[in-house]
Amino acid sequence: MNGIHDMGGMQDMGPVRHEENEPVFHEAWEGRVYALTRALGAWGKWNIDASRHGIELLPPEDYLRMSYYEKWLVRTIGLLVRQKMVTTEEIDTGLAAPEAGKLTPKLNAASAAATAIQRGNFMRPDTKVQARFRVGQHVRALKINPTGHTRLPRYARGRQGTIIRHHGVFVFPDTNAHFLGEQPQHLYSVRFSAQELWGGEASPRDSVRLDLWDRYLEPA
Amino acid sequence: MMDGAGSVDRRRFIKGAATGALASAVPGAMRAQDHNHEHQAVPSDPALRTKALESLLVEKGLVDPAALDALVDAFENKIGPRNGARVVARAWSDTAYKKRLLEDGGAAVEEMGFPGMHGEHVVVVENTAKVHNLVVCTLCSCYPWPLLGLPPVWYKSAPYRSRAVIDPRGVLREFGLDVADDVEIRIWDSTAEIRYLVLPERPAGTEKMSQEELAGLVTRDSMVGVGKVKAA
Repeated sequence: MNGIHDMGGMQDMGPVRHEENEPVFHEAWEGRVYALTRALGAWGKWNIDASRHGIELLPPEDYLRMSYYEKWLVRTIGLLVRQKMVTTEEIDTGLAAPEAGKLTPKLNAASAAATAIQRGNFMRPDTKVQARFRVGQHVRALKINPTGHTRLPRYARGRQGTIIRHHGVFVFPDTNAHFLGEQPQHLYSVRFSAQELWGGEASPRDSVRLDLWDRYLEPA
Repeated sequence: MMDGAGSVDRRRFIKGAATGALASAVPGAMRAQDHNHEHQAVPSDPALRTKALESLLVEKGLVDPAALDALVDAFENKIGPRNGARVVARAWSDTAYKKRLLEDGGAAVEEMGFPGMHGEHVVVVENTAKVHNLVVCTLCSCYPWPLLGLPPVWYKSAPYRSRAVIDPRGVLREFGLDVADDVEIRIWDSTAEIRYLVLPERPAGTEKMSQEELAGLVTRDSMVGVGKVKAA
């Protein structure tokens, strides 16, 4: 989806504001939103790609206006309702429907503390799928404009680069985000020269490296 | 790829859920507040909505508030840039470890024995006098949590995400870092689940320092590539 989230190469967004001694969470509710989202993720009702796509689906004006954890909050509510873990009525009233039984949370204090550092594993080494490219090969990122989730940024589409590393077989976000299966495939690090991406004004030395799935690429 | 047929519906739905939650979760939040008079100040809107959501999810048994406390505590007090700094300090002190780290970051990081961390897809990239690495996530906010903790606001902000790839030298100047024209800048856009950590240059004058002392010098910014490590 050519959304506002796909920001690479945009200009005039203002200076980068670096905050000295920045706290992990600026307000207590931000930590709660983070923790709620992690604890709910333990139910396995969605995946990281669906979760990212939930943020991309925010209207662009909201995406730019909302703070980071406000986006998380709205996204998490959206996923809860979509996956029928809560109803819109429950969200609106703040009260559990009387007929809803009480579940047992997936994470308790001990298991949450033990798994806090874990991000999940997205590699699928057991999937037998052919690697279409090899390290050193020249490739071109496809010129595509999918309307769903994709991790191929606009600024790299149609550009030529070189495979510099093979990472192995990973879950494919474009289908996984839409609950259409993991479709694991090879993932590569691809180097694009700054001049290929941005033109002759860019430094001849610099490059941008993206991690791209097999299906995003064609031989150049 | 996908034709996103479901996107339009989802979008309408999230909009509805959002406005519903924004507008109507307040009574729930107010009720929760009546029960404990912790906050005197009027909480901001997202604070109210979060409180209402948490109380609903606890009531339904979807989350345990003690688990939430544990997660917040983990990221406020345990998981942070000190993890990454220990990796960097060891790489500076132990050439065999550094070699393993640059070859297979995930395995080398696992050697450090951070509790609960395994199977991380980590790639470590080395800064030298001639190469400067910079990490960004233009599409969202991917960042090596287990090694650096949660990302700072600037890393997740539109100015950094948009310009790091097109104007890295300008962005680095805003961090007070002037990269000479003859130095190559490598920008790593974290578009997949690979997490990048920059191995910064070891500053001169630190030859006699212990790993622990060295780790004390290593900053978060230097491991993202927007800063350099200073000797003191």
